[in-house]
Amino acid sequence: MTNGINELLEADVIFVMGSNTTENHPVIGAKIRQALRKGSKLIVADPRKIELSNDADTFLQIKPGTNIALVNGMMNVILSEGLENKEFIEERTEDFEKLKEAVKDFTPEKAGEICGVDPEDIRKAARLYAKGEKSSIVYCMGVTQHTSGTNNVMSMANLAMLCGQIGRESTGVNPLRGQNNVQGACDMGALPNVYTGYQAVNKPEIAEKFEKAWGVEGLSQVPGLTVAEMLDAASRGDIKMLYIMGENPMVSDPDLNHVKHALENTEFLVVQDIFLTETAELADVVLPAAAFAEKDGTFSNTERRVQRIRKAIDAPGLAKPDWLILMDLMNRLGYNKKYDNPSEIFDEIASVTPSYAGIDYQRIENKGIQWPCPDKEHPGTPYLHKGKFSRGKGLFMGIEYKDPAELPDDEYPMILTTGRVLYQYHTRTMTGKVEGLNKKVPESYVEINPATAAKLGINDGDKVKVTSRRGTIVVKAKVSDIVEDSVVFIPFHFAEGAANILTNAALDPKCKIPEYKVCAVNLEKAV
Amino acid sequence: MINLTINGIKCQAEPGSTILQAAQKVGIKIPTLCYDERLVAHGACRICVVEVKGARALVPSCSAPVAEGMEIQTDSPTVIEARKEILKLMIENHPLDCLTCEKSGSCTLQDLCYEYDIKEGGYNGEKKNYPIDDSNPFFTYDPNKCILCGKCVRVDNELQCTGAINFIDRGFYTHVGVAGDKTFEESVCVSCGNCVSVCPVGALMPKQPEKFRYWELNKVRTTCAYCGVGCQMDLLVKDDKVVGVEPVNIEPNDGLLCVKGKFGYKFLNHPDRLKKPLIRKDGELKEATWDEAMELIASKIKEIKEKHGSEAFGALSSARCTNEENYLMQKLFRAVIGTNNIDHCARL
Repeated sequence: MTNGINELLEADVIFVMGSNTTENHPVIGAKIRQALRKGSKLIVADPRKIELSNDADTFLQIKPGTNIALVNGMMNVILSEGLENKEFIEERTEDFEKLKEAVKDFTPEKAGEICGVDPEDIRKAARLYAKGEKSSIVYCMGVTQHTSGTNNVMSMANLAMLCGQIGRESTGVNPLRGQNNVQGACDMGALPNVYTGYQAVNKPEIAEKFEKAWGVEGLSQVPGLTVAEMLDAASRGDIKMLYIMGENPMVSDPDLNHVKHALENTEFLVVQDIFLTETAELADVVLPAAAFAEKDGTFSNTERRVQRIRKAIDAPGLAKPDWLILMDLMNRLGYNKKYDNPSEIFDEIASVTPSYAGIDYQRIENKGIQWPCPDKEHPGTPYLHKGKFSRGKGLFMGIEYKDPAELPDDEYPMILTTGRVLYQYHTRTMTGKVEGLNKKVPESYVEINPATAAKLGINDGDKVKVTSRRGTIVVKAKVSDIVEDSVVFIPFHFAEGAANILTNAALDPKCKIPEYKVCAVNLEKAV
Repeated sequence: MINLTINGIKCQAEPGSTILQAAQKVGIKIPTLCYDERLVAHGACRICVVEVKGARALVPSCSAPVAEGMEIQTDSPTVIEARKEILKLMIENHPLDCLTCEKSGSCTLQDLCYEYDIKEGGYNGEKKNYPIDDSNPFFTYDPNKCILCGKCVRVDNELQCTGAINFIDRGFYTHVGVAGDKTFEESVCVSCGNCVSVCPVGALMPKQPEKFRYWELNKVRTTCAYCGVGCQMDLLVKDDKVVGVEPVNIEPNDGLLCVKGKFGYKFLNHPDRLKKPLIRKDGELKEATWDEAMELIASKIKEIKEKHGSEAFGALSSARCTNEENYLMQKLFRAVIGTNNIDHCARL
């Protein structure tokens, strides 16, 4: 998030796009509703009638994958009605002409046609957002998990810059991170192209810095492969060994038949986890790890706040914290660095990571600090881009709308979109072991609009066969107008009736995110 | 600033602050039941009454604003007498089953009755007799133990903003319930448990198989392991087992949690947890020692690196693990094995 969570409480307008906040980030969902009670306005754009849509001043039930068309339409309205922030554009941005050109013909009528919404609602949303003294954009995987994911995010940045809604308190472009430490894993350089703090692996001076810090030579300056690319490489036989820590691609990744083939095709597969997951079942070696309550360390939350976790209980049996296992392996491979505790590792992180340089365990003993925090006296940074963007001027992009990679046709006439529900979490490694949560949502299902269901002769509770080009699953029908006609939704949590048997592994060309949110499927009543 | 005197101590308070806040600032404790700094003051329980010189009656300190020159007594005989009377009225209609009540030791009503020496109501009045609502998988609701402080109703409506519970009926029959006086399971309740966390008595109680007394527990401050909000919470630990979770009133969650944070910790003690390393032998995963498993991994790494080079390796790190562990994972693969093929589920 460019801005902090509690800044939402003071926003005049909150624009939620592709985030089912009350289910997936429930406490932020509650805070958005607190803001509404104090008089904030809410715009919601989502293919599903999510809970927050009931609280919205404007709800845009867009077709999956049409985010860019919507934002271009909104920007067209803002420019044609002179609602842009001219001073901000002049002082803080460049390439404004490119944006103007791209949205010139993107009338709300044209956008409405693509998105399947009333052009008047697009006008209303545009005016609300642009006229807000402090407007904040909140988005999640509904924006990113598309072949146009990178462009979707840049569209949100365009919109914020156009209206000067960034670089101030309670504004900004705010992605909600879906996992406890996905922000931290990125910050720590668990990415193929960067070291900690987003320092590029292909810059010789950065490689040299890490060689010195780590006491090694010849660090590779060639960016590595992303998850999807690694699985492809394993499938081809180019990657011989995969080491998987605390992940369950056998449920979470798109096109699971392909994932299974890739994992089985490795010469050696190591899985380190707290349960014998669907992925661990395929491993050559499984290492038992400690869970969050069984170790010390830090997580970085969605607002960049670095916070402590603390050991409360011992890990079961011989299970060990992941850091001890990794250190042991390093040592066995001849790299003899020893750490007595996670605090020492953190100090090493701070020493090589400018945005974490001022943080240590003592400083975050009582309350976390939001990075960037460049030195020990720095209080942390609640919101980013104050006065200046990291690159200097904010760069406008002219972004064309492109259809999703797979559209409905005669054979697969419906759009499938996927997501999470309140009572389950990701691949259920944890929630699947909690009785009450499984009582609430015990199994996979498909949400079908009553009109679609009627056409297909499907009743609520029927077993339904859902087929895509990649596979077939059988799940229970949940007939509900939460989705529109010809759009269906399946939660991806379940290994049985797994949505990701169906999803399309087509990737965004830049950030390599798979298009989980749109693929074409066919439905029929199972016999 | 406003000048006032509390129990003879001269002090200052911000304009608009309450007598309770002013007293807390100078370290004077006033008992409360329905007060929560995050909520609109309710003044319902009146246990926080104090004597203000010149006022006609005792005033509830949680909602009365300070005024210039105020002279306040927080524990005068009149105040003590009033509090005793309030407590008597409360326990008159409250089951006195503290011997077996799960809340014992963490019950504000019990603590105050102890402090003010109240054993019973003594009025022999009518008793409430509501059915216990056991429908929710995570908590039970016993309206007979409810003292109508309204904290649950206000947390639900002002902070969680779900609006599942409210006051129903009037007078003696006033009780807290869900719309239509149905069960929680039939309501719009999302099981966040925020009402359970603020209940000062044993009316809203988490369901847990473990028996414990609150004085047996250790509290360990940590960060929730589910979504990216990073809610702060205390794990309640007894005998090396997590037996409950309480939210912490600090950023970013300010005392709120969701159903997963509040009740989703029970996987920790699940019998299926991995307890030993496993090595595949003859197609099956068999238990092994750490030394066997780690030596096998190290030798395989050396063998594959020699035969196929560093780019034959791939690592999937984890958004579930700590910063320190992610750091070590990328360091292991970059510095020791020699590849940048490292990623995690950020995109999934």
